[in-house]
Amino acid sequence: MSATTTETGTSFVPAADMLGAVLAPGVRPPRPSALSASLTFGWRAMLKIKHVPEQLFDVTAFPIMMTLMFTYLFGGALAGSPTEYLQFLLPGIMVTSVVMITMYTGVEVNKDIEKGVFDRFRSLPIWRPSTMIGYLLGDALRYTMASTVILVVGLVLGFRPQGGVVGVVAAIALLVAFSFAFSWIWTMFGLLLRSEKSVMGVSMMVLFPLTFLSNVYVDPQTMPGWLQAFVGVNPISHLVTAARSLMAGSPDAGEVTWVLVCGALSVVIFGALTMRLYNRK
Amino acid sequence: MHDLAIETSGLVKTFGDNRAVDGLDLTVPAGTVYGVLGPNGAGKTTAVKMLATLLRPDGGEARVFGHDVLREADAVRGRVSLTGQYASVDEEMTGVENLVLLGRLLGHRKAAAKDRAMQLLEAFGLTEAARRQVKNYSGGMRRRLDIAASILNTPDLLFLDEPTTGLDPRSRNQVWDIIRIVVAHGTTVLLTTQYLDEADRLAGRIAVIDHGRVIAEGTPGELKSSVGSGAVHVRLRDAAQRPEAERVLAKELNTQVHLEADPVALTARIAGDDADAGPERASRALAALAASGIVVDDFSLGQPSLDEAFLALTGAPPGEHSLALTDHPATGENAQEEAA
Repeated sequence: MSATTTETGTSFVPAADMLGAVLAPGVRPPRPSALSASLTFGWRAMLKIKHVPEQLFDVTAFPIMMTLMFTYLFGGALAGSPTEYLQFLLPGIMVTSVVMITMYTGVEVNKDIEKGVFDRFRSLPIWRPSTMIGYLLGDALRYTMASTVILVVGLVLGFRPQGGVVGVVAAIALLVAFSFAFSWIWTMFGLLLRSEKSVMGVSMMVLFPLTFLSNVYVDPQTMPGWLQAFVGVNPISHLVTAARSLMAGSPDAGEVTWVLVCGALSVVIFGALTMRLYNRK
Repeated sequence: MHDLAIETSGLVKTFGDNRAVDGLDLTVPAGTVYGVLGPNGAGKTTAVKMLATLLRPDGGEARVFGHDVLREADAVRGRVSLTGQYASVDEEMTGVENLVLLGRLLGHRKAAAKDRAMQLLEAFGLTEAARRQVKNYSGGMRRRLDIAASILNTPDLLFLDEPTTGLDPRSRNQVWDIIRIVVAHGTTVLLTTQYLDEADRLAGRIAVIDHGRVIAEGTPGELKSSVGSGAVHVRLRDAAQRPEAERVLAKELNTQVHLEADPVALTARIAGDDADAGPERASRALAALAASGIVVDDFSLGQPSLDEAFLALTGAPPGEHSLALTDHPATGENAQEEAA
């Protein structure tokens, strides 16, 4: 085939010998391991970020906005000064921002299932959950980016964590791990609901109360009893307490364990529901 | 190798009240192109999706190379590939990324997946477009990438669901050439189409389906002889001569002549005992018109259209039931049940 025939793409003439060469049924490689298939789908998620970098807006601008807004809005009133308040707020606002952006997982899944490429994935002899895990791996990267952005903004504004590098890294790792586990709720809704908009709607309904009715912004002791009860069982409160303790250099093993168990339960329950929906779709 | 690529018996899939596939019996020999011909909403895509393990049948059985599509889904997945009606490639990714992704998912190592992707892109004339996002491809290029993806590991059975719908004639010819080459190398192809001429050109056997059921099956020759060899379309110079032309055509072709809405146009279907007699009988009819002093402006002999084929096979044009009602398949089903 000459260069001219490939240039336009439309003047292509299928050549029996060239096609024949690629059709020669070579030895088929063994099916990929569960890990390999999951990582491949994770790579796909990275490529999407590469091709549509605008989507990183929600993991950069949004967290910066949240941090600045709440630090200066409440700082003076609640803690005497924004810098004082920031020492309390930063782990919490980091948790809030990252947990908020988990909802894009569901939106992304919902957008994709309408496309033909999903049928191809589903007709491959691969470990079934790997497609979904791929999304979550890509999202874990986004969560890490958002956490890092908030940390940098915090450090610039005067956040001084006592836990040092180790404490901060451990807190971010815990947050990303929990968010990965929590996101299975959204893969489930992404497969369950009919449109992107309804996925967004449900996500907001869940996320707003979960993040605001927590110990992120203020100490729950001033809240009415029934609200304190909710805040007490809200997994976000536990995650915030655990993250604070790690960043402060005095890890609260009980809270960290609580968060890990809660995350594991989320994977078991919502992971199973997601795969059930995925196989039935 | 198993002699039969596909065997289904009494396959059923319902969506609410709509029985999309309603007792489908198919037997597809290995190593051929098998055409599944039917209008929109006939259940072609639903049937393909069940055979490709994407949908669970509600009843009946389906085997692909002897493997049950439900109980041995992974064994089936290992041997088939699907090119769906809407391109089964990721629009946001480039051509090479799509193929590397798939290669990795099929178990190739990174370097091997890359090599394979480049080979395929070259064989399909997409080298220049390799690093462009698929959303910037033309319809024909997208379809070629789609087929390249489907043969990344050369499958034993390739499902092509309306591969040429929406393509320009040149791209359609390219796809046809590709299908012929793929089959020559031993892959069985199940091709769904709305076009009789496409099935005729490519398929060794054709099943005509409507309302989720096979209404006719056979070689293209057998089907055409039951459908008729086509239709003669005539346009006269003078509308006043139409009644006379109708009489002459009816007598010459021994068939009923259809008067078109256009006052100078007539269509006569050539009756189907002998599939190859069409051109000869049509030219005799044309001579008879000239002998009667009727001036013919335009004349053509067409292959029977799918509509005409349906008319001949079912006694009702497809437009009478669900075919024209693809947005409301349930309504179409009801119409069919009432008619039955």
